[in-house]
Amino acid sequence: MCTLEKRGSVYILTLTGNDEHRLNPSRIDSISAALHRVRSESTATPSTCTALITTGEGMFFSNGGDIPWAQSNKQKFLFLMSKIRALFTDFMSLPMPTIAAVNGHATCAGVILALCHDYVFMRKDRGYLYINYNDIGIVPTSPYIRATIRAKISSPAVWRDLIMSAQKIPATMAVEKGIIDAAYDTVEETVAAAIELGEQLVMRKWKGHVYAENRKLLFPEVLQALSVVETDESVKNSLVPIKDLTSRL
Amino acid sequence: MVNETANVPKTVETGSGSGGTTTIDWTTYRFPSQLIYREAAKICTLEKRGSVYILTLTGNHDHRLNPTLVDSISSALHRIRSETTASHSPGAALITTGEGKYFSNGGDISWVDSNKDRLIFMISKVRSLLTDLMSLPMPTIAALNGHAVGQGYILALCHDYVLMRKDRGFLYMSGLDIGEVLPTPFFKATLEAKVSSRAVLRDIVLRAEKMTAEKAVEKGIIDAAYDSAEATVEAAVELGGQLARRKWNGQVYAENRKIC
Repeated sequence: MCTLEKRGSVYILTLTGNDEHRLNPSRIDSISAALHRVRSESTATPSTCTALITTGEGMFFSNGGDIPWAQSNKQKFLFLMSKIRALFTDFMSLPMPTIAAVNGHATCAGVILALCHDYVFMRKDRGYLYINYNDIGIVPTSPYIRATIRAKISSPAVWRDLIMSAQKIPATMAVEKGIIDAAYDTVEETVAAAIELGEQLVMRKWKGHVYAENRKLLFPEVLQALSVVETDESVKNSLVPIKDLTSRL
Repeated sequence: MVNETANVPKTVETGSGSGGTTTIDWTTYRFPSQLIYREAAKICTLEKRGSVYILTLTGNHDHRLNPTLVDSISSALHRIRSETTASHSPGAALITTGEGKYFSNGGDISWVDSNKDRLIFMISKVRSLLTDLMSLPMPTIAALNGHAVGQGYILALCHDYVLMRKDRGFLYMSGLDIGEVLPTPFFKATLEAKVSSRAVLRDIVLRAEKMTAEKAVEKGIIDAAYDSAEATVEAAVELGGQLARRKWNGQVYAENRKIC
């Protein structure tokens, strides 16, 4: 479900397939395995510096957590939530600069996935960021959603636009609002710009573990929120009967 | 006033010939206003235009937040809440505005009259009003028709969207100039939650800056400024209509606001 390649000193993690790249346990496992690989290779040779770029194929970056997989089964839902949290914690503690090259639509957990990276680039010609909890009618009780948005985006008006107005935000608007760093004309340009930034950052020869610790110092509330385990009570507002959900998605 | 003969919702024909469907385009229709509640003390009214509620602080005075006004606003909010939960049809919005030169001049110092118990009582009433407003199960828009000072400023900021007229009126946190410490944590909490820049926060609180609408838009405190009070209310009604048309579930909206 994902491939890992190395170009020069930069790793590129690609979510393969022309589908929605929903975060279900299999996809999360393969991304985690890739991250594990990246981590072990970079710690094995401590003098080398690397960077990670995450991107995807097709029209979607990620359409969020695979709620239909959970099929309104509470145990499956809680399991999925904890796997997603573990994935984001993995990204937030990665000992190298991370760049998201958003190749298309990102929804809910997909937006959080992008925001978990240090830099976010996105293509202008298609795709938008969309937090659609209001439109579906779900209350996301996991605290990390709020924590990530608040930690990475400064303006309360933009929090409101994202969460309350459920705006579909394309790349140029996202740059204006301060959600992402830059927008490029095509997906190839986005990935190329991400690689270029990655190479520049690698040339600074930062120590990986120092970088990770500094990132944790900068965003402690995000990591703290990611460690909060959802309980049966807390997810009861997030579970929507599957027949209602598919009609609204 | 609305020219009744011209104000008809447009019907849009789609499809071809006899197999086509007719839908009604509500986006340009100006709903007639329907007065549903005039509070006994005649200090605020609640009307409904389509699916948008408009709460107006009436009278040409400075709408100071004394217990009477706070009570009447609270009962209007209560009315809205019970109507929307009873109706089961999602999609509503609230616009708060005022008449005259002031949106609200803040707490009623003359009512308090240096009586500490009265001060505590008034502030606790304002706090419960703001909690009411922040937990309202629909989008809220403040259409500022004039000055919003002190607690009135906080009242405006407790709405999801703030629109203001640019031709007169300013936003002003008066505490410093009148020698009052910002009462209780909610002042600071609201300001911090709605204003992103530390420098702007300092200008509001420690410089007691009187900000006009355009300046406030620049600094990112409010959302938009309009030429006149009528234009502001019109824009608010339009925004309210757009938001109401998305038919969000009110409870979910309120819960998400707590997360936001």
